Amino acid sequence: MIGLAQIGLHNAAAALGLMPFAPPDASSIAGDVDRLYYLLTGITVFFSVLIFSIIFYFMIKYRRRSEDEVAPETHTSMALELTWTIIPSLICVVLFVWASALYVQESRPPASATEIFAIGKQWMWHLQHPEGPREINELHVPVGVPVKITLTSQDVIHDFFVPAFRVKKDALPGRYTSLWFDPTEVGKYHLFCAQYCGTNHGDMTGWIYVMSPKDYAAWLANGEKTESMAQQGEHLFTQYGCIECHVASGSGRGPSLVGLYGQPEKLASGEMRVVDETLIRQAILVPNSVHVPSYQPIMPTYQGQLTEEQILDLIAYVKSLGSQERNGK
Amino acid sequence: MSTAIADVHHDPVESNVNYLNASYGIKSWLFTVDHKRIGLMYLAVITFMFTIGGVAATLMRLNLIEPQGALVEPETYNKLFSTHGIIMVFFFLVPSIPATLGNFLIPLMIGARDVAFPKLNLLSWYLFVTGCCFAMFAILSGGVDTGWTFYPPYSSLYSHTPVVIMALGVFIAGFSSILTGVNFVVTIHKMRAPGMTWFRLPLFIWAMYATSLIFILGTPVIAITLFLLGLERLFHVGIFDPAIGGDPLLFQHMFWFYSHPAVYIMILPSMGVVSELITAFSRKKIFGYSFIAFSSLAIAVISFIVWGHHMFVTGQSVYAGLVFSVLSFIVAIPSAIKVFNWTATLYKGSISYEAPMLYALGFIGLFTIGGLTGLFLASLATDVHLNGTYFVVAHFHYIMVGGALMGYLGGIHFWWPKITGRLYPDMWARIAAAVVFIGFNLTFFPQFVVGYWGMPRRYAVYPAEFQFLNIMSSAGASVLAVGYVIPLIYLTWSMRYGPPAGRNPWGAKGLEWTTLSPPPTENFDVPPIVTEDAYNYAHAEASHV
Amino acid sequence: MSEMAAHNAHAHPPGFAHQFEDAAQQKEAGTLGMWAFLVTEILFFGGMFTAYIVYRSLHLPGFIIGSHLLLVKFGATNTAVLICSSLTMALAIRSAQTGKSKGTIIWWLVLTMILGAAFLALKFTFEWRTDYLEHTVPGAFFGFEYRPEWGANAPYVQMFMCFYFFMTGLHALHMVVGLGILTVLVIMTARGKFSSEYYTPLEISGLYWHFVDIVWIFLFPLLYLIGGRYSGS
Repeated sequence: MIGLAQIGLHNAAAALGLMPFAPPDASSIAGDVDRLYYLLTGITVFFSVLIFSIIFYFMIKYRRRSEDEVAPETHTSMALELTWTIIPSLICVVLFVWASALYVQESRPPASATEIFAIGKQWMWHLQHPEGPREINELHVPVGVPVKITLTSQDVIHDFFVPAFRVKKDALPGRYTSLWFDPTEVGKYHLFCAQYCGTNHGDMTGWIYVMSPKDYAAWLANGEKTESMAQQGEHLFTQYGCIECHVASGSGRGPSLVGLYGQPEKLASGEMRVVDETLIRQAILVPNSVHVPSYQPIMPTYQGQLTEEQILDLIAYVKSLGSQERNGK
Repeated sequence: MSTAIADVHHDPVESNVNYLNASYGIKSWLFTVDHKRIGLMYLAVITFMFTIGGVAATLMRLNLIEPQGALVEPETYNKLFSTHGIIMVFFFLVPSIPATLGNFLIPLMIGARDVAFPKLNLLSWYLFVTGCCFAMFAILSGGVDTGWTFYPPYSSLYSHTPVVIMALGVFIAGFSSILTGVNFVVTIHKMRAPGMTWFRLPLFIWAMYATSLIFILGTPVIAITLFLLGLERLFHVGIFDPAIGGDPLLFQHMFWFYSHPAVYIMILPSMGVVSELITAFSRKKIFGYSFIAFSSLAIAVISFIVWGHHMFVTGQSVYAGLVFSVLSFIVAIPSAIKVFNWTATLYKGSISYEAPMLYALGFIGLFTIGGLTGLFLASLATDVHLNGTYFVVAHFHYIMVGGALMGYLGGIHFWWPKITGRLYPDMWARIAAAVVFIGFNLTFFPQFVVGYWGMPRRYAVYPAEFQFLNIMSSAGASVLAVGYVIPLIYLTWSMRYGPPAGRNPWGAKGLEWTTLSPPPTENFDVPPIVTEDAYNYAHAEASHV
Repeated sequence: MSEMAAHNAHAHPPGFAHQFEDAAQQKEAGTLGMWAFLVTEILFFGGMFTAYIVYRSLHLPGFIIGSHLLLVKFGATNTAVLICSSLTMALAIRSAQTGKSKGTIIWWLVLTMILGAAFLALKFTFEWRTDYLEHTVPGAFFGFEYRPEWGANAPYVQMFMCFYFFMTGLHALHMVVGLGILTVLVIMTARGKFSSEYYTPLEISGLYWHFVDIVWIFLFPLLYLIGGRYSGS
């Protein structure tokens, strides 16, 4: 019912040449978020109209007619108090459950999602495809393929916001956050930074291009030939000497990284951690905070020596080793 | 009210020795310990600060007429919205009702001679003025550009503006609030007149009590948070800097732990005022007295456990999101209860429409909308889309301006005759109230729409498709500004030319209406003794004196 | 004559403030006010304690190293000094309560001040000066030096030292204010303002002093004793 009303309003607005009530419905959850939004709007309109009308009615019916008029006493009614406590509470429960279910869904990217990495810096977005292409303030993706974006910042807090997809997540310095979306409509959509980040916060905008599979393939082919992130990472792995200690066989001074990504590891502190982007980054920058038993905590830190992009490349390389058998230990 | 009123006849103003004319000269004001004079001194300072914040808002809205900025460079725009937020939150809204009306009325309403600690009260004023001076100095040195939220690492490592000075101003003003809160809590506990039991107190007092609890528990946390930020900036230590082990989100948690309850500091007193206005202008006992009283306390308590709803998109865990969401829904319920009870108070009332009542009714309507739009933000999935957009800006302006500020104006108009002994021209006051209501909606309603459409907040420049709604909003702001200027004119005029008010021009119940207008320094000729409940209108005596 | 004026003409005990009805109301108000103020102080220090707890749980090894840099002997001595000062403060109040002479009260107050000053002297001239000379004062201006044996934990050692200086510094500031309050109390006692009927300022100042003492009792183990101590420092 609400959906019909929504479509009706949308069409009416479009027909009248007015701005539609919502941004484009361009992701798998956008429609769901809009439906929840319209329900909330409906509740707001209903209760506002209710209160306004009752007040207007009372204002007119009970206006003071003479100076010495005495208003009769009315007594508090427990039944009334309970009614107008319980009904709003029930409405809140419904809203909470609906919104939370959608939110939980938004927090679980599908396993098949393409992984893109985004680094926010004052005042631009740097995006990296795993196959290699790098983009500034733009992201090209094929329609119908879920995308998970891992975010970080090089300086202050930024926020990756695509209104058409109804997704948003802060990009924080020193850690990784992520969001995902499944683009359902070909088109060009705004990308905004939505966390104030300094002078040109308002200019830290861009575009998401959702393309048909054919167009996307053409775009990939036409682009600069670059190595994939994992290949770049492999170069860095050698260049920065990681390969000296992290020998594949595990007999070096550091543990083998083969097959490591995604596995739970018990650290020397006794803590169990899953080897994910955050752990690898921590291992690179504050190595002896995550060292494993049976290896000495002698890894030097690379704090200040690697850019965020290079760290992500290294992580991609370690991930690419994940498909091989883990060796002993 | 069976108090032994010494003189029920109309007292001509000239023969009345009251708190205003009991002593003359600047020193008698700057060294006063009379809560009424201190309330007036606060009124003067916060009106000035409101003007500063208002000028900043005017310049912002003028700039937003054009997508590429019509008036100022982005750097300046960023300083304008930061100044607007900091001044309006810390130097206007937080002190507004408590420091002016609260100071003036609390002792009068409970039948006391003054607050518990009058000298501490004066110290609070001086601390507030000192805080304002630091803030003004920061503004005159160029202003900060961190937003009123001061998030690091931007505010600690990147901003080249006088952050420490501004933070110091807020810090010092915070101590003013803390001491005021202590003063009010002790006054309400210990200095009620004989017979004034807790459940005979006017609801304004309950609201002020709940507000004072938040002052006491919340303000020290913002103080220490800004203190740490200042230390980080001054000494280049890394409390919030991830590069050396700090966590910028810790700042956000600490900041919002105060700043969310702070928004209830800003609204609870207004709700208290509305309870007074609705009863006075419908000449009826409030519907659901204890429900409103306990709702005030509930709001104060629950307000401390919802701060995480400002951080739903920071990457905090899903579980944290769920917990804060559910609590944020819960905190909405007591406010809803109040709205329903006020509406029910009007039923079978004897309603008149002087300006204070118009403000009170406007409050109920606009607060309802503002509060309901809060549900959009408590709902996790919609908050993800709406956070950081103009929807949030519209939501909080509906509450702060459509709610708190309307309540403040209503209260000023209601108690103006008591404070000054003068009446103001009601026709102009009603016109101003209508202009404010209309201008307000024109300014802020478009912002809901442009926010859902995706326009982020704190943008000095924006995509062209948002221009129409921005122009509408700016046009509305010009109307709103007119609405604020009109009262300045007639209220000032009334101080000299307004007709004398008499003890009780509205025919209202409440101990403050039993004493002279303006009251004598010691408040009551005869110490009151209370024998009946608040708002006992059913047995009204002759209204005018 | 109005009742108010008649009321004002009555004789009142010394120190009576006219916004109150009687001395009992004044004393209750004063006491409640001080307790309310101390609640704000708990929240004030509490903010820093919370930040400390968060970082300690995230970076324990660095905090242990930092804690071992502190001089436990001085910290422990200072703890004893403060506890004694709380005793002397309580005895000052007790003297007033039991109607002892001005001299006795002043004696206990001055002893409290001496102990408080001793605390501050030990802290500033021994501990902090040593920290400065050993380059463990954090921030850009005091020559903080990372030591190689700290390894990757070095930033967190500096973080710990930040908390050490901020928390003990804030505490020391409260001690200085306390000394100021005590000075005022000594002067008031000398002028004969207190008696066994009226000694409220002494009592509520005592509350403040005890609070500052209790804050230290939390600070000492949290800062000086992380990771345990076996022999000496």
